Amino acid sequence: MIDLSLLPDGGMSWLEASGPGSHLVVSTRIRLARNLRHHHFTTRTEPEEREAILAEIEQAAAGTRSLGRAVRFRLDHLEVLDRQLLLERHLVSRELAALESGVRVRPGGGLLVQDQASVMVNEEDHLRLQGLRSGCALDAAWDLISALDQELGERLAYAFHPEFGYLTSCPTNVGTGLRASVLVHLPGLVLTKEINKILQGLTQVGLTFRGLYGEGSEVVGNLFQLSNQTTLGKSEAELLDQLGKLVRRVMEHEERARQILLRDATAILEDKVWRAYGLLRYARTLSFEETMNLLSGVRLGVGLKLIPNVGMYTLNQLLVFTQPAHLAVARGRVLAEDELPLERAALVRRVLEEEIGRLGRSAGSAGSAEH
Amino acid sequence: MKCSNCGEREGVVSLTQIEEGEVRTGSLCAQCAKAKGIETGLELADTPLGGFLAALGENLDPDATLTGALTGRCDSCGATLQDFRETGRVGCSECYRTFAVPLRELLRRLHGSTHHTGMRYEGAGPEAGAAPVPASPAKARELRDELRRAIESEQFERAAELRDLLREQE
Repeated sequence: MIDLSLLPDGGMSWLEASGPGSHLVVSTRIRLARNLRHHHFTTRTEPEEREAILAEIEQAAAGTRSLGRAVRFRLDHLEVLDRQLLLERHLVSRELAALESGVRVRPGGGLLVQDQASVMVNEEDHLRLQGLRSGCALDAAWDLISALDQELGERLAYAFHPEFGYLTSCPTNVGTGLRASVLVHLPGLVLTKEINKILQGLTQVGLTFRGLYGEGSEVVGNLFQLSNQTTLGKSEAELLDQLGKLVRRVMEHEERARQILLRDATAILEDKVWRAYGLLRYARTLSFEETMNLLSGVRLGVGLKLIPNVGMYTLNQLLVFTQPAHLAVARGRVLAEDELPLERAALVRRVLEEEIGRLGRSAGSAGSAEH
Repeated sequence: MKCSNCGEREGVVSLTQIEEGEVRTGSLCAQCAKAKGIETGLELADTPLGGFLAALGENLDPDATLTGALTGRCDSCGATLQDFRETGRVGCSECYRTFAVPLRELLRRLHGSTHHTGMRYEGAGPEAGAAPVPASPAKARELRDELRRAIESEQFERAAELRDLLREQE
């Protein structure tokens, strides 16, 4: 198994709930798609050419500040569990992780990670630059990734066309190659049934939403990734500005929905969030989906200060650590399908128990003391 | 292939749509395409200007690869439009020049625009000199529009001048 503790911050600082609006927003991610001018795009490259591309990019990255100390992974040299681990950490895409049975791992698929910046190599595009920040932090994520882009762009010959901009394998990404997404938690809008209206409004202004794991993934635990749909015709600043404004409006709507729930349905809301906490605290088996939904309830309770002394950081970590590969790593061996719900429930109980110890005053007893 | 809209007449213009990662192909006859406001290029091909356009390569794109435009195969990677229709992926950066016309149409549908207005890439180290640094995308667009008008009104000399200006720009 690979050791992700090799990464300076364990690759986890985007979960630390330190960024702006962390009670509503888990993280902000920006990715830039780039290709090398002198190589065919990924779907038309042979393994030898991909090796050359990987070598070229690794060499260029070695001379940069952004990735000079990067930890490197070769996806085609990793076992399935390790690839899954990287996917669960949001460090590689599903395409590069190639977890579906019968799908061959693409030779030459690589990953370079340093702090909160990373580059996937030989994904759909030669380079997928990624910057991740905690909370709602589009500007900070942009600073991070544009510095990386500039450093790499000075050392590599990017494919660029005066009319079409940065050229990409799929025309849906051409132009800026930029996809910015903000992972927001919207239980208030879901409970008040306002969410569909909001999501419809999004699509009308060229934005879109996805689940926790990007394109094609389902929305679980009321977590929505809001992102730009188009990449051409607007500048990077315009795309980020538009998304930022919209995210702020969605956050305002969510805050309002929460206040309405708190005002008009106090008892129901309190019951809901404490039941979620109770189940997580004592259940003996938990499916991933159930865990996500219960974590959403507790997150809402913490956000509304109904449940004291459970940290957002802990809740964010549980989003990642309750997934199959992370459970296997925690146990130190591959787990069978039927062992996962047991292991997951045990982990959640342990983490919430430690949280009570860590934060001194018991969340459970604080709750009961109030009632 | 019959027109996907009326199902009666022969399709003359191919359509490629990408929705949620799925590529759908179809075709439209000249009447249905016109009704939907899609330029088929047939109107131009019928005029004596067709040859001039072909000489420019790919409809007003002065850098387009002429053979690619004629054979439907990218000179650099060998990809065809059919490959693109099947995979939804472009083969290489040259494909964007070779298939500029159908791609432009697709980009307009996908993004509501065909022009990049974001950061200009100024090239890497030893190749910086070769990298394109156009003065202004708006200027190029203006020239292209003027070129189209010149061709339509059969002002050949003016069109040739504009073509040269465009080459300098890009």
